[in-house]
Amino acid sequence: MATATLDTPTESRSITISLTINGQLRRLPVEPWTTLLDLLREQEGLTGTKKGCDHGQCGACTVLIDGKRINSCLSLAVSRDGAEIVTVEGLADADKLHPLQQAFIDHDAFQCGYCTPGQLCSAAGLLAEGRATSRDDVREMMSGNICRCGAYTNITDAVLEVLEKETAK
Amino acid sequence: MKFDTPAGPNPIDRLAVIGRPTDRIDGPLKTSGTATYAYEHHHVAPDQAYGVIVGSAIAKGRIAALHLDEARACPGVLAIVTHENAGPLGKGAFYVGRPLAGPEIQHYHQAIALVVAETFEQAREAAALVRADYEEANGSFELADALGDAVTPGTKPDVTVGDFAAAFAAAPVTLDERYTTPDQSHAMMEPHATVAVWDGDRLTIWAAVQIVAWSRRDLANILDMPEEKIRIVASFIGGGFGGKGTVSADAVLASLGARVAGRAVKVAQARPLMFNNTTHRAATIQRIRLGAERDGTLTAIAHESWSGNLPDGMTETAAEQTRLLYAGAHRLVTHRRAVLDLPEASALRAPGEAPGMMALEVAMDEMAEKLGIDPVEFRIINDTQVDPEKPERTFSKRALVECLRTGADRFGWSARSTVPGALREGRWLIGTGMAAAIRGAPLGTSAARVRLEADGRVVVETDMTDIGTGTYTIIGQTAAEMMGVPLSQVTVRLGDSDFPVSVGSGGQWGANCSTAGVYAACVKLREAVAQRLGFNATDAVFDDGQVSAGNRRVPLADAAAAGALTGEDEIEFADLAERYAQQTFGAHFCEVAVDTFTGEIRIRRMLAVCAAGRILNPKAARSQIIGGMTMGAGAALTEELVVDRTRGFFVNHDLASYEVPVHADIPHQEVIFLDETDPVASPMKAKGVGELGISGVAAAVANAVHNATGVRVRDYPVTLDKLLDRLPATG
Repeated sequence: MATATLDTPTESRSITISLTINGQLRRLPVEPWTTLLDLLREQEGLTGTKKGCDHGQCGACTVLIDGKRINSCLSLAVSRDGAEIVTVEGLADADKLHPLQQAFIDHDAFQCGYCTPGQLCSAAGLLAEGRATSRDDVREMMSGNICRCGAYTNITDAVLEVLEKETAK
Repeated sequence: MKFDTPAGPNPIDRLAVIGRPTDRIDGPLKTSGTATYAYEHHHVAPDQAYGVIVGSAIAKGRIAALHLDEARACPGVLAIVTHENAGPLGKGAFYVGRPLAGPEIQHYHQAIALVVAETFEQAREAAALVRADYEEANGSFELADALGDAVTPGTKPDVTVGDFAAAFAAAPVTLDERYTTPDQSHAMMEPHATVAVWDGDRLTIWAAVQIVAWSRRDLANILDMPEEKIRIVASFIGGGFGGKGTVSADAVLASLGARVAGRAVKVAQARPLMFNNTTHRAATIQRIRLGAERDGTLTAIAHESWSGNLPDGMTETAAEQTRLLYAGAHRLVTHRRAVLDLPEASALRAPGEAPGMMALEVAMDEMAEKLGIDPVEFRIINDTQVDPEKPERTFSKRALVECLRTGADRFGWSARSTVPGALREGRWLIGTGMAAAIRGAPLGTSAARVRLEADGRVVVETDMTDIGTGTYTIIGQTAAEMMGVPLSQVTVRLGDSDFPVSVGSGGQWGANCSTAGVYAACVKLREAVAQRLGFNATDAVFDDGQVSAGNRRVPLADAAAAGALTGEDEIEFADLAERYAQQTFGAHFCEVAVDTFTGEIRIRRMLAVCAAGRILNPKAARSQIIGGMTMGAGAALTEELVVDRTRGFFVNHDLASYEVPVHADIPHQEVIFLDETDPVASPMKAKGVGELGISGVAAAVANAVHNATGVRVRDYPVTLDKLLDRLPATG
């Protein structure tokens, strides 16, 4: 649960929250105005999650919160007390890449790589939603994640491959 | 190594590693979030402070007074950099816009201050409290109004061949049309960002830049310090497209902020600043006149282009490709540049060709229609195998006709309806369009260092960058091929000014030139290996991790057993580029559907056929092409920086209102590379493809829209409002 700490002046307005980040339970002091994105990148050093626009227009900061894909730049960290967060760093199972990560490599589904963590987390969220059944669905439901390098065709191929494998199970 | 005669057979021709569709070697880093971009270098210095840039609220004028007390009083603020305490700043050699305004303002959102604080939020809060009084001056913001004062750029004198006016007047079939292309933004996903650290009088920056050597030169000029006291690291860059050619405001201000604050400082340009405080592609107005015989032979070609920029800024050379693309005895090509007080215009993916082909290839479509000749055939009729200005000068390779025929075949062009607006599927009007593609293959000196280590690993170092282009991989493939080892045995280190100076990423020269530099260094290393192992370097064969000649075969690693061996060299290009026209060619095809009722345009499929010399890695090269096609789709249908003509700025300065293509806009893309090698290009026999992919695409889309609807739009982007009142009856 959230508790205010008043130990030092710099922490005078910070609130301690609990987050499970990539499987690890963390108790973190955060300022009420800090976004989940900045908490991850600047405080926790998890820079895999990218800041592309900082106001919900590009999708580069997409992470999974309690299994749902969300723009972490639009979420204040304090509002997520108790949540389970998965970032791109947490997708793999130890040294074994997540099937989406492998499919992205196989299909060359990235170029500069800056949108890639968001695309991957978004795709993982998409698979969990269970709504997408076709190429058109994947394209439509991935449209919140911009790739300026223009790897869309390959990203769709990669996501579709994993989707089809999962459906076949 | 001086490259002054076309390449003969060499070890690259074995194609054991080169030419294969290898996965990117940086893929595991990029897909796991462990590739480190500029702003993320947390570990290079402790205690990094955050800088936030404040942009000018006016487009032109001067700062009368700055009020910083409120900002200074904010918690955590460490320093505020403005023109009042920055000291004199010099100018870089590439951009004319200054990274810090004051007292003069050159353009809207030009940085007027950097606020440095303990945390990002503190810096942002204080930045919002920086107040400036301005003396506003009148500016010029509308290209169409500034044409009267436009000048001929010194680098682009008018080109005349024969007598255009007479030939145009005498031509039985003519076209005279005006086209416009808007200002466009790079909108790369990673905002420009820098971490700056001083150690005494030495400065290191981790920055998002495409050309490390230009960045070092320009930063040294701006800060008035010796280049050798600056180190620049750019290991991963989140997209550039020409917009990160050299240092921008973030790098300069982070360096100044770190000096003033006495701390390491990191600065990222906020997304809403990027559209006005970094560069963009200039809008153009283009007039094209074509004259032809009734059989389709072009006799007269004139392409005139106008663009604007800050004083002394670069010119958008939109008519340049018209000098080489088609035959025609009488020609006129001109460029004019007007002074505008908008943000600085500079290079964006295929500068010149991208906007130029948007106009020229629509004009060619219109002319084909007037002549009643198929657009593919019309282009084939007017192919030239020589430089039309210097008929004795041939192309090193020119497979345009093969691109066109292959594409037409593959796309099913013959099934096309030649009557615009005639093909319907329910509420959708269906159309197809095509365009030729041409893009230069420029050359530049590029160096590398290659080391064979005791364990047999090969390490390549060059300041070349990988901006998403696949450079890590093709450089690794080059070294692996040359040294006869598997790619997994090669380590590639890029983007550090401590490494030999490469050509950098830009102008689609990176792939060919930087790998040729690695080739040259490997030749040196092979000589050193051969000498140490007692082989004659010219006879020695490097393969399977062995060096052999005759019956003797020795493990490569043995050469380094007594100590690592290093080869370092640069590729330097002589005058082959003057003797031969060196260009890449392609053909783009596109099918669109246009909603009969709303004018909504949906791309259905796109095809590109490319001829660009040896393709070093078909997988990465295909990605370059589909990326260009995607950006071309944006240029055709959605992308436009909207100018506020009263206040002088780009209004839609975010990613919600500057609309780049998203997944749903790009349903199907196919790429074909013709099997080609170009020995005139380099020892690699390769050329770049990063900019060929966009050249011509937008015109193919616009031509498809015309074929679908019968509506000809000559002002990009082709949006539904430009179609609505002219769509065919819904029947």
